[in-house]
Amino acid sequence: MTISRKDIEKVAVLARIRVDEEQVSALEKDLGNILDLVDQLGAADTADVEPLAHPLDAVQRLRKDEVTETNQREAFQAIAPATEDGLYLVPRVIE
Amino acid sequence: MHNKSVAELSRELERGEISSVELTQQFLDRIKQEDGRFNSFITVTEEQALADAKAADEQRAAGNATPWTGVPFAHKDIFCTNGVRTTCGSKMLENFVPPYDATVTGNFRKAGAVCLGKTNMDEFAMGSSTESSYFGATTNPWGLSQGDKRVPGGSSGGSAAAVAARLVPAATATDTGGSIRQPAALCGITGLKPTYGRVSRYGMIAFASSLDQGGTMARTAEDNALMLNVMAGFDPKDSTSIDRELPDYTATLNEPLKGLKIGLPKEYFSDQLSPAMEEQVRNAVKEYEKLGATVKEVSLPNAKLAIAAYYVIAPAEASANLSRFDGARYGYRCDDPKDLMDMYTRTRAEGFGTEVKRRILVGTYALSAGYFDAYYLKAQKVRRLIQQDFINAFKEVDVLMSPTSPSPAFVQGEKTNDPVTMYLEDIFTIAVNLAGVPAMSVPAGFVDGLPVGLQIIGDYFSEARLLNAAHQFQQATDWHQREPQ
Amino acid sequence: MQWDIVIGLEIHVQLATKTKIFSGSSTAYGAEPNTQANAVDLAMPGTLPVPNEQAFRYAVMFGLAVNAEIERRSVFERKNYFYPDLPKGYQTTQLERPIVGPGYVDIDLASGETKRVRIHHAHLEEDAGKSLHDTFYDELGHGMSGIDLNRAGTPLIEVVTEPDMTNAEEAVAFAKKLHSIVTSLGICDGDMSQGSMRFDVNISLKPKGSETLGTRTETKNLNSFRFMEQAIAHEVERQMDILEDGGTIVQETRLYNGDRDESRSMRTKEEANDYRYFPCPDLLPVEIDDSFIEEARNSLPELPDARKARFMDQYGLNDYDAGLLGGDSKLAAFFEEAVSHGKDAKLTSNWIQGEFSARLNAEEKTVADSPISGAQLGDLVVRIADNTISSAGAKKVFEALWSGENDNVDAIIDAKGLKQVSDTGALEAMVDEVLAGMPDQVAQYQNEEDPKKRKKMLGGFMGPLMKASKGQGNPKLFNEILVKKLGG
Repeated sequence: MTISRKDIEKVAVLARIRVDEEQVSALEKDLGNILDLVDQLGAADTADVEPLAHPLDAVQRLRKDEVTETNQREAFQAIAPATEDGLYLVPRVIE
Repeated sequence: MHNKSVAELSRELERGEISSVELTQQFLDRIKQEDGRFNSFITVTEEQALADAKAADEQRAAGNATPWTGVPFAHKDIFCTNGVRTTCGSKMLENFVPPYDATVTGNFRKAGAVCLGKTNMDEFAMGSSTESSYFGATTNPWGLSQGDKRVPGGSSGGSAAAVAARLVPAATATDTGGSIRQPAALCGITGLKPTYGRVSRYGMIAFASSLDQGGTMARTAEDNALMLNVMAGFDPKDSTSIDRELPDYTATLNEPLKGLKIGLPKEYFSDQLSPAMEEQVRNAVKEYEKLGATVKEVSLPNAKLAIAAYYVIAPAEASANLSRFDGARYGYRCDDPKDLMDMYTRTRAEGFGTEVKRRILVGTYALSAGYFDAYYLKAQKVRRLIQQDFINAFKEVDVLMSPTSPSPAFVQGEKTNDPVTMYLEDIFTIAVNLAGVPAMSVPAGFVDGLPVGLQIIGDYFSEARLLNAAHQFQQATDWHQREPQ
Repeated sequence: MQWDIVIGLEIHVQLATKTKIFSGSSTAYGAEPNTQANAVDLAMPGTLPVPNEQAFRYAVMFGLAVNAEIERRSVFERKNYFYPDLPKGYQTTQLERPIVGPGYVDIDLASGETKRVRIHHAHLEEDAGKSLHDTFYDELGHGMSGIDLNRAGTPLIEVVTEPDMTNAEEAVAFAKKLHSIVTSLGICDGDMSQGSMRFDVNISLKPKGSETLGTRTETKNLNSFRFMEQAIAHEVERQMDILEDGGTIVQETRLYNGDRDESRSMRTKEEANDYRYFPCPDLLPVEIDDSFIEEARNSLPELPDARKARFMDQYGLNDYDAGLLGGDSKLAAFFEEAVSHGKDAKLTSNWIQGEFSARLNAEEKTVADSPISGAQLGDLVVRIADNTISSAGAKKVFEALWSGENDNVDAIIDAKGLKQVSDTGALEAMVDEVLAGMPDQVAQYQNEEDPKKRKKMLGGFMGPLMKASKGQGNPKLFNEILVKKLGG
């Protein structure tokens, strides 16, 4: 299975990672090799096999609806790149 | 002092032969003198460690000691430590100081253990050589005397090297595809990856959620048991942690091995393994026979698909798990973003290293429209086949044994240019993560002066039996006591 | 050309849990920004979700209320996209196995018909935070948005209907019915101004009678019934104009501006969204067993349809009144409190729909903010029914109650001297006196043959009588006495 430059550009946008022109060629080769490795999966007979999402067939526990968290805004915003008036600042969002 | 195990140090502290402050200072001095050669630590928390040691001494004086009170150790820099920078080996988190503890770090804190710092690792635990760390590669203490700078394995290479170099008697680690066992093998120490769900993942920075498991590294199996006693247990903050009875893992270390049924998966003794490596592993198995175990060949017919399934599932989960590193709330943000898209794409391009970006892109691709069934769903199905192989094997035998890695520690830079070659390092360890069963690596000999690891795989929740098997082996051998020159 | 309109709705209902769906942070509305956003909500590294049992209970209650199947084993997926109000870079939601399966809701239309709207499914998910735009600048003068993540992680159920509605009336009737159901269940506070319920409307047009659906658009985030109605009218007209000019409809998401009655396409990214859904590996399948469902079923309060039927049966209300009062749980509770004091259900209903509702509307208040209690209104109705006060007097009492001048109906009647004179002897004396002073009118009345005109002429005597009684004569009794004295 090969992966095209266009595919790489597309997934880079989806993953929000800027990829420069010269990196695309290297990625084309590396991702192509990884996908070749992964293509061994095609050989497996998985008819009637249920996918396994978790190693243990456990069931979700549910939490009681009780407030356990207190306000720690100061501690969290002390490590934020940019805040003002208690808000996290990011470049303007355009809808 | 630095050659003593956790168990021995704990006894000396108990007898008052040494204080935690003295012990802590000695290890800190050793790190200062020696770690320049290994780069096994990203952060050393000298001040905090000495304060904790003082508190531990007081705790002991007050008669409230646990086996860990005052014992120095280190955390892999993937576990969040309240007030201490936690980088995950990444530029993205270079200055990230979490205001909270991982459950594992909290457990060691409660036990009174003294954390000396945070150990180096492959960035976001993605790697098998600890070369992808933003903070520089870690060097294996073995091989240096021959003039070679070899990798310690990865991703927990910092923890493994620090324990092997006697900079700490024990260190925490994590294992998603072999990241505890392979570096333990390459550094000649003992490491345990518990059953998935046995150790809480809360506060352990996620790589691949359904595969990640925190575990232990020390020189002896007994110390691994002491660590697991602190780390294991149900955590209401981790939905995937298992609420199940918790044994005292030290209680059964001395059980005799007579009648232990060992299976050797034929797929793990293939031509990927050098004859020299194979000889060491087979010698170790012979040692078990002397201890009363029986041996038979078994088969894990789908094991050959493990790497392929893993390199779909792990990158897919990682691609989503790492989306939170977006420059908005914490961690790295690029300079002067011109708009939102620019902030995202440059922050992530600059903040993540090559291998991490590669895996995010592969994972994104595998999940994207049109490929989900062929890759992700298919891999999850293969995962069930692999799990079934283990379930079948454990109907016949108690434990499986194999080499941990196909070869001993390789020279730095040898595999960095070819990701797929690097991925094959984990060929014997990855299936274990897909199935979620526990496994250990135990020092079992040397090839060309470099340590060889024996992998022991057990059924779900059989950590006590694995530790027992490893401990008995270590009573009969001294591979785990060998010290790098 | 004649067109058929096809409408489907997606409704986000914020669940009234105390805490978020995956963390123990409070969901209380109106807190200072980011004071209710904790490690899990902020997607701090290593943090993990733990689901809230109450969110599941509420979702199951909703499912039961809309006659739906409950999924015994529901799964959470991650929906991947980047947005500053989405801290993890994915929304945890349900795609393949939503908790609530197919169901339906019956709606009453103005024509008197009942229509069934099918529900495709309803799933649990987490809400996003809020972006505040255009307020901040960085040091280079770039515009910045402020992000408040208090709302991030608030539990939602997203209800998705089949495209069963054919006009704005039906869509609004459905929306109101759904509002009535979730507020009656107590699983949502229903406060649309705070975004507790938000509607997305999918609209397409097809030539009348055609089987093939046209291309649809989605108009997002409508937060009032009025805007929803306007947005539908607007979008139908927009699509009709395009189609009749021979154009084609672009499948897109649109934003409607209710203040300007305009809509515009949301900026579409260079790439179509590819959400890369996959099962969330941090969560296990949730198993809902029979006892959980039975417990939820037993905790179901009376629902609007059942309440309407009971109001007709128990209070003898007509279909319209029962539907109106029974449809809103708060109004229904107010009515029942009033009736328990006021006895006369019809009169109580009239007062609630008349004076009371008019005042609430005029002051943009809800029943919950009413300064008058149901008990007070009931007391007032008692005094109207037993002729203690006239309807004019009753309005004065209502005013005094509303303004808070006094909270006791009888005390107000006394203080304002509104008590009607119902002593027949005294009233007869007054009638005699007034008639004696109006001989011409009496003669005119008695000479009139037409009973209708006579009835009208009675009014001419009422004015002087009310004046003579200083407004306190019981008009009904005056009327009876007059008729008798004037000889029929």
